[in-house]
Amino acid sequence: MDNQLKTTCLHGEHVALGAKMSPFAGFDMPIQYSSIIEEHNAVRNKAGIFDVSHMGEIFINGPQATEFLNHIFTNDIRGMEDGQILYGMMLYPDGGTVDDLLVYKEYAPDSYLLVVNAANIDKDYEWIIRNADGFEVGILNDSDNWGQVAVQGPAAEQIVTKVLGFDLSGLAFYHFTDFELYGKRAIVSRTGYTGEDGFEIYAVPEATVDLWKTFLAAGVIPCGLGCRDTLRFEAGLPLYGDELSAEISPVMAGLSMFCKLDKPGFIGKDALVKQKTEGVKRKLVGIEIQDRAIPRAGYAVELPDGKEVGIVTTGYHSISLDKSICFALVDAEFSQLGTALNIRIRHKVFPGEVVKKRFYQTNYKK
Amino acid sequence: MSKILEELLYSDSHEWVKVDGNIAIVGVSDFAQAEMGDITYVDVPSEGDSVSKGEDFGALESVKASSELYSPVSGTVAAVNTELEDKPELINEDPYAAWIIKVEMSDKSELDSLLSAAAYAEIAD
Repeated sequence: MDNQLKTTCLHGEHVALGAKMSPFAGFDMPIQYSSIIEEHNAVRNKAGIFDVSHMGEIFINGPQATEFLNHIFTNDIRGMEDGQILYGMMLYPDGGTVDDLLVYKEYAPDSYLLVVNAANIDKDYEWIIRNADGFEVGILNDSDNWGQVAVQGPAAEQIVTKVLGFDLSGLAFYHFTDFELYGKRAIVSRTGYTGEDGFEIYAVPEATVDLWKTFLAAGVIPCGLGCRDTLRFEAGLPLYGDELSAEISPVMAGLSMFCKLDKPGFIGKDALVKQKTEGVKRKLVGIEIQDRAIPRAGYAVELPDGKEVGIVTTGYHSISLDKSICFALVDAEFSQLGTALNIRIRHKVFPGEVVKKRFYQTNYKK
Repeated sequence: MSKILEELLYSDSHEWVKVDGNIAIVGVSDFAQAEMGDITYVDVPSEGDSVSKGEDFGALESVKASSELYSPVSGTVAAVNTELEDKPELINEDPYAAWIIKVEMSDKSELDSLLSAAAYAEIAD
């Protein structure tokens, strides 16, 4: 299997830095360089850089691009201004999630960039093509021609401004601007997946390698996917495959605010309306246990009487909060804040209770 | 290359054993702690619990994963290193000083099947 793994343009840099590498979403990716805890804290306290070149970039344009995207995307893209970004999902007709993604409204009429999860690039592209029948749109999966780094943390604005050479203080959260590197288009957006202020920079592969080296030289700490997961988890952000999937709808995951049920029909809307009115069987909750033991994905969630009512989707001993917490999908009747729920960890049962999913107070610059 | 102490015995599941009379002092090897990364929690049995050779008696948790601990010998837990409750990172800092449990052995001949430092060096790389 290993010889089928794809690599990003920064693969050589990771190996040279001695990163612990592991397969993720079909790519050979860095899990950690030094220590997950040190890298996590670098992002919370100063700045870290991630290779996210494995993410997919799909461009959609044409006279009916807006109408088409609004048909396959849960959020309402009508009225997006140029340079604005929206988060949302693509759904199956039954409300299950195809993927969660970012839509960038380009600085050109009827033009959009979709940034999708690495594991879902092929599936998403096929889904988009399949549903484009009858719409006058052009669709380009350009993922292989883009590298991407995420620079995240409270010092990100200052450092990215210095490295890119233009002022980013005016760039609002969930907005982007175009610039040039190596004579080719590059993009910088104020987005991320850590709960901190930060930027994601898209560029051609050669320029991405240059950016990576320049940020490291500027003192930014290289960060692997290990801390990317601990950071996003603390910030209450879902990971496709864990908290969203073909079986887990955005309503179940508590992401209804990104699904505009008042806009004209979109794929999956009827199912979501039904879920909202009739209720869902299971909901995603946060659970905190009073112990240092760690609730891991797949562990059972039980009532105090031992009845199994759910399953852990992601869990850690939180690095920033020093608490053992998890996301879990539980029967909806037990999803209220404060509900006593136990987690079975190996041979023991640990008492816990339902808490808010945003465990960590995020520091976005709005 | 991980550190292997000459005077200890090892299991193929990366625990080390130091023999002190009828007591087996048990920890995990430098190789094991390096593979795990930052250890954040050590799940241990209680004093008086029985353990069996080859069966799990607890677990180490790192940020990313949990890893079972397997007892290299059979017997009764005579002591538990309570310092690891608050300072699990001691295992990362010095895995051969940070013992996890002491076992009163019920069958000392079980030690014969453990690995010497030289034999363990062949699997720990």
